[in-house]
Amino acid sequence: MKLLQVLREAIRSINSNRTRSFLTILGIIIGVAAVIALMAAGQGAQASITGQIQSIGTNLIYVMPGNQLTTATNRRPLTLADSRALANKLRAPHIRNVAPVITDNNDVSYGKESLQTTVYGVEPGFEIVQNLSLSDGAFFTRAEIDSRASVVVLGPALADHIIGKHEGIIGMVVRINDYPFRVIGVTTSKGGSQFNNPDTFAYIPLTSMQARVKQDLSSGRVNYILLQAEDEESVKLAIDEAALVLRENHRLNLRQPDDFSITNQEDFLSIASSITGVLTIFLAGIAGISLLVGGIGIMNIMLVSVTERTSEIGLRKALGARKLDIMLQFLSESAMLSLIGGILGILIGWGLASLIGFVAAQSGTDLIPVVGWDAILLATLFSTAVGLFFGWYPASRAANLQPVEALRYE
Amino acid sequence: MIPNTKTDPVIDVRDLKKVYHIGEIEVPALRGVNIQVQRGEVVAIMGPSGSGKSTLMNMIGCLDSPSDGVYILDGLQVSDLRDDELAEVRNKKIGFVFQKYNLLPRVSALENVELPMHYSDENSHMQQRATDALKAVGLEDRMRHKPNELSGGQQQRVAIARAIVNEPAIILADEPTGNLDSQAGKEIIDLLLGLNRERGTTLIIVTHDPDVSAAAQRVIHLRDGLIVGEGESR
Ligand SMILES: Nc1ncnc2c1ncn2[C@@H]1O[C@H](COP(=O)(O)OP(=O)(O)OP(=O)(O)O)[C@@H](O)[C@H]1O
Ligand SMILES: [Mg+2]
Repeated sequence: MKLLQVLREAIRSINSNRTRSFLTILGIIIGVAAVIALMAAGQGAQASITGQIQSIGTNLIYVMPGNQLTTATNRRPLTLADSRALANKLRAPHIRNVAPVITDNNDVSYGKESLQTTVYGVEPGFEIVQNLSLSDGAFFTRAEIDSRASVVVLGPALADHIIGKHEGIIGMVVRINDYPFRVIGVTTSKGGSQFNNPDTFAYIPLTSMQARVKQDLSSGRVNYILLQAEDEESVKLAIDEAALVLRENHRLNLRQPDDFSITNQEDFLSIASSITGVLTIFLAGIAGISLLVGGIGIMNIMLVSVTERTSEIGLRKALGARKLDIMLQFLSESAMLSLIGGILGILIGWGLASLIGFVAAQSGTDLIPVVGWDAILLATLFSTAVGLFFGWYPASRAANLQPVEALRYE
Repeated sequence: MIPNTKTDPVIDVRDLKKVYHIGEIEVPALRGVNIQVQRGEVVAIMGPSGSGKSTLMNMIGCLDSPSDGVYILDGLQVSDLRDDELAEVRNKKIGFVFQKYNLLPRVSALENVELPMHYSDENSHMQQRATDALKAVGLEDRMRHKPNELSGGQQQRVAIARAIVNEPAIILADEPTGNLDSQAGKEIIDLLLGLNRERGTTLIIVTHDPDVSAAAQRVIHLRDGLIVGEGESR
């Protein structure tokens, strides 16, 4: 029998009992829809995480005090002296920019309005390393560092909160730790509403931070140091150079472990991708179970169908159908059933993914679900395979019926 | 008419036995049957219920295999054939007409008649050949009808069209008129006899109806799985 004819008969048979066919494939539909929607959301989340990390730049290196791997007894802070040493091109040729950072949680206020947020004490160059752009005004200069100027660059969300707007606010005076600071710039909004939103941060000169906000900090001490490698290829070299410089600066002998730790974006990226990888396996497991249940549903109905059509099978055999013909007839029917289930599932899953994206957008979360071709292909192949696998037993039952027995069946 | 012994019979059954097993119990349905049927003959098989008529027809139709004995169909030793070869024999050499018509309910008369051709390698001009077969049974104006839109007699005509579409050498009809009133039954028998006359198709009919057996050249009487009498009816 020609394949085209086999498929036509399968479609006709599915069509002749639509309600039953639909209920049969419901399990597959739900399973595939869940896979598509969850994978889309997962990939969207991954894209958003990696996007955020990459927007900061992959040649960014973090230097933190202390070392989590060892219980360093002589926990030594990082200092401005470390920062200056790292900036020495002779000692660390692959480091382009060095940005020491002091952070403090403090109130930023204007009039009666105030917001507790993270205040950054930084030097010029930080805005380059962190990829910060300004929508208004300018970042502070070396001269303003030297003069410990009371100037501040505000995040737009912070400005909105305390001043009520973020445009045309250059020259206004806000208070940090009860000291007045003149607004000289506003950063470009990065959008989003997540925890630790950079749009709510404030940036002031490092020297002003030491003098007026975090006076208790022992002299020269910084929270961490940001480094920017010359380019992405030299990140590893820059890390090695930084480690060497810091070990020398901290006078560590060969047997002493690092009393600082250096990480870079790559590490965060690989952590993020391993987390999403685990998530994907988890989702695939759930999807597998629901497809399994769907497949059993198909097998069940196909067995019923074989019993119902026993005398039809007998007739076909009497008219010359071989085992293979009967086998193909039932296999194509179950494969077609679950393929239709798969396609419906993909469409519904796509709809769900769009819905997730819509809800995320409404709540200001930066998550765009991605329905990938790989997911669609996988769902299609997998659901067809499920149909073939679970259709095999009923089909071979049908194919192995004895013609006489089948014809006698009422 | 005495069988023409000069040519090989199209059906040659020697000492055919069939025993059914129901658990421990053995049910002998055929206990040594000998029949030779020549090409173009019309044979009626009669006998009381349970005498083994259908069992014999299933053997002749290659739908079931005998427990013992020899069956040669058109020169082929049937017991030597594999499942797929048996399917091919059924497809090419035999046309079945059943008491209950056995049409596919979901599809039209035309598609029902096309069905045997789907299982044949010779499947060109299917629609034309199916149409011709339906014309031969006088149903050219009912081709698009589904079985439930046809009378019993018409449905049996569709079944006959389906039986002849692959131009088999033999038509096996097991109580083809059993579900029909006498008028429709007579028309079906006339149709089958006409096919025998015009095409020379060998015809074997199981029947309880003396009128039908009267129309046949030979009548074989079965009882308890044995042939108890054979005779010409005319
Ligand atoms: N599949 C089977 N299993 C067990 N016994 C069977 C089977 N088929 C037929 N028989 C037995 O074989 C015998 C012959 O049956 P068969 O169907 O050939 O009779 P028949 O002559 O066609 O009867 P009827 O005129 O009622 O159709 C019966 O005793 C029947 O019970
Ligand atoms: Mg019978």
